[in-house]
Amino acid sequence: MKTDIVLAGVGGQGILSIATILGAAALDEGLHLKQAEVHGMSQRGGDVQSNLRISDRKIASDLIPFGSADLIVSLEPMEALRYLEYLSPEGWIVTNTTPFNNITDYPEMEEIMAELSRMPNVVAFDMDAMAKEVAGPRAANMVLLGACAPFVKGLEKEKIEDGIRKVFGRKGEAMVESNLRAFRAGWDSAANK
Amino acid sequence: MKTKQLLLGDEALALGAINAGLSGAYAYPGTPSTEILEFVQGNDVARQRRIHSHWSSNEKTAVEEALGMSYCGKRAMVSMKHVGMNVAADAYVNSAMTGANGGLLVIAADDPSMHSSQNEQDSRFYADFALMPVLEPSDQQEAYDMARYGMELSERFAIPVMVRLVTRLSHSRAVVEVDAEPSPENELHYPANPRQWVLMPAISKMRYKQLLEDYTGFEQASEESPFNRYIEGKDKSLGLVVTGLGWNYVNEIFPDGIPFPTVKVSQYPIPTAMIGRLFDECDAVMVIEEGQPIVERKLRGALDRTGVIYGKITGELNLTGELTPDGVRTGIAKVKGDMECLKAPELHAASKVTKPRPPALCQGCGHRDVYAALNGVLEEYSHPKVFGDIGCYTLGFLSPFNAIDTCVDMGASITMAKGAADAGQHPAVAIIGDSTFTHSGMTGLLDAINENTPMTVIISDNLTTGMTGGQDSQGTGKLEDICLGLGADPAHVRTIDALPKNIEQMKSLFREEIEYKGLSVIISRRECIQTARRHASVKK
Repeated sequence: MKTDIVLAGVGGQGILSIATILGAAALDEGLHLKQAEVHGMSQRGGDVQSNLRISDRKIASDLIPFGSADLIVSLEPMEALRYLEYLSPEGWIVTNTTPFNNITDYPEMEEIMAELSRMPNVVAFDMDAMAKEVAGPRAANMVLLGACAPFVKGLEKEKIEDGIRKVFGRKGEAMVESNLRAFRAGWDSAANK
Repeated sequence: MKTKQLLLGDEALALGAINAGLSGAYAYPGTPSTEILEFVQGNDVARQRRIHSHWSSNEKTAVEEALGMSYCGKRAMVSMKHVGMNVAADAYVNSAMTGANGGLLVIAADDPSMHSSQNEQDSRFYADFALMPVLEPSDQQEAYDMARYGMELSERFAIPVMVRLVTRLSHSRAVVEVDAEPSPENELHYPANPRQWVLMPAISKMRYKQLLEDYTGFEQASEESPFNRYIEGKDKSLGLVVTGLGWNYVNEIFPDGIPFPTVKVSQYPIPTAMIGRLFDECDAVMVIEEGQPIVERKLRGALDRTGVIYGKITGELNLTGELTPDGVRTGIAKVKGDMECLKAPELHAASKVTKPRPPALCQGCGHRDVYAALNGVLEEYSHPKVFGDIGCYTLGFLSPFNAIDTCVDMGASITMAKGAADAGQHPAVAIIGDSTFTHSGMTGLLDAINENTPMTVIISDNLTTGMTGGQDSQGTGKLEDICLGLGADPAHVRTIDALPKNIEQMKSLFREEIEYKGLSVIISRRECIQTARRHASVKK
């Protein structure tokens, strides 16, 4: 049993919180885990990615090899496409469709959506909108966590919710509840896929 | 008793050192090493024990401070990124000559692939010519374990020990088993041979002989190290010498066991007896190491008459960039193409839609206003030159500002502007951040002040070390005094707030000082937007 995840987004969007919560849940379950992340210059509005590997066996490499990621999880649609070579043939892409447009040559949304629709297994929707509706504009990453959670093997929904409580606990009960609402909304949109 | 924690490689090493009785940590921030000192700063045991963890002005001062603590018998560590080793080199190389008293770890975090650096130099070369042992963890657990082992090794041989990290270990998290109780710190005690610490030629000559003798002990320690291993393998058509993270990638490719005899190297000098046995038993040998091919070169020698060594020099593995599981797989496949597990996996094609998304200065960053104003003034000149430096403001090179002409090393903005002004260049403008200025800019400024060189130095002061995530900057609140103390003309040390509403004021200030035919310093100040936000949320 293993789940290899490429987490993608733009510096400052909050992909590392997703990794932190899944990490806390995996540690609690006694699973093996490796998570390579990017710090430094690449954080300043550039593309960022993190390799998260969860397994019931010892994990050798911190990096995911080509063609073996079970999931690409992205807060931004163009960033989801940046790592296709890492995705296994049966792998899933779970992505937000709200573009983060901070470059002058950002592609047309139609092109991005067309490329996504060519992929076999995709969950893509406007997570910013869903976050605003159920929690607040900054909770899009929790909607994304919820939407990818059904595909993460070995971690029950409740365990990930415990991870959210653990990570946001010190920020108060209201913050925890708001993030849990975003997480559950994301889960419901993806769980029947 | 052991407990489990989820730790970055940097954090595992820091915690290992604290639990091994560390008394002082010294560092200048630099990706990917920054989190080592940050971890000590946030650790409860470190706080209770008052373990030193204040940032140093630069890597050289950090090494010397750590060496001073070691002289007094306490355990110390100093951490930096690979290019910081260049700054620290004088102190570092000579610390092998003085030796250590209390355990001393010199941690160099290399950045192959240049994720956040200007080159991919390999710190093992420094240890090689300084004649110092090196530990190179292959995973987070080894990083933790090597802290204590390294302290003991350092005290056993009375020599500082380098710990070499790379980005993919420094910045990767894994579950690590750690000691529940930290060991006590060393008591203050002085070196057995105090003369050895005075490196006058007569003493150094004796000491150098001693160091060369000790080196055979380091070699023996490598043969016996728990981190170096000879692993039997059935297929003797190839043997592998695998260092550092290469070990993980080889195990990723062969999950059911490596079929070839393999020597895992995580402690240097290289274990030549173990590797000799590999050469005796195998038809050919491949060297898989992260960074520059230092082990491969040693085994090959200048003439390479073996003809059976594969690696980076022969091209099976990439000479540039970090190792990856795919790079190692294709490398081995070039020699052993017939194996099932080396076959290229089925892949989705890379997307043709994506565009590069380079990093940029944050919205609300004062460096933006400095560049906007500076560009506005410099377009009035036919051939202005702006000498840049290392920090967030290096991003001023990119669109939309395209504002700097050079970026070389810490502090080079001021000294290169001086050299250019000496050559007749006008305008010669240096732009440097506050932390880089106190790291390596002050001494160069003294040169320019002493000659009243006609040039303009802009210190873009954001009150922090921004690029690495907002660590304390050693010059905060003192920059004017430092410049005046060095002897700058008070009429030409000017300060302005770098704000969008001040653009016109900034432009006239820049214009005035560029037109002045002597040395001027302009301090443009605005708190980093990232640390300002953090401070605001703490107040809430």
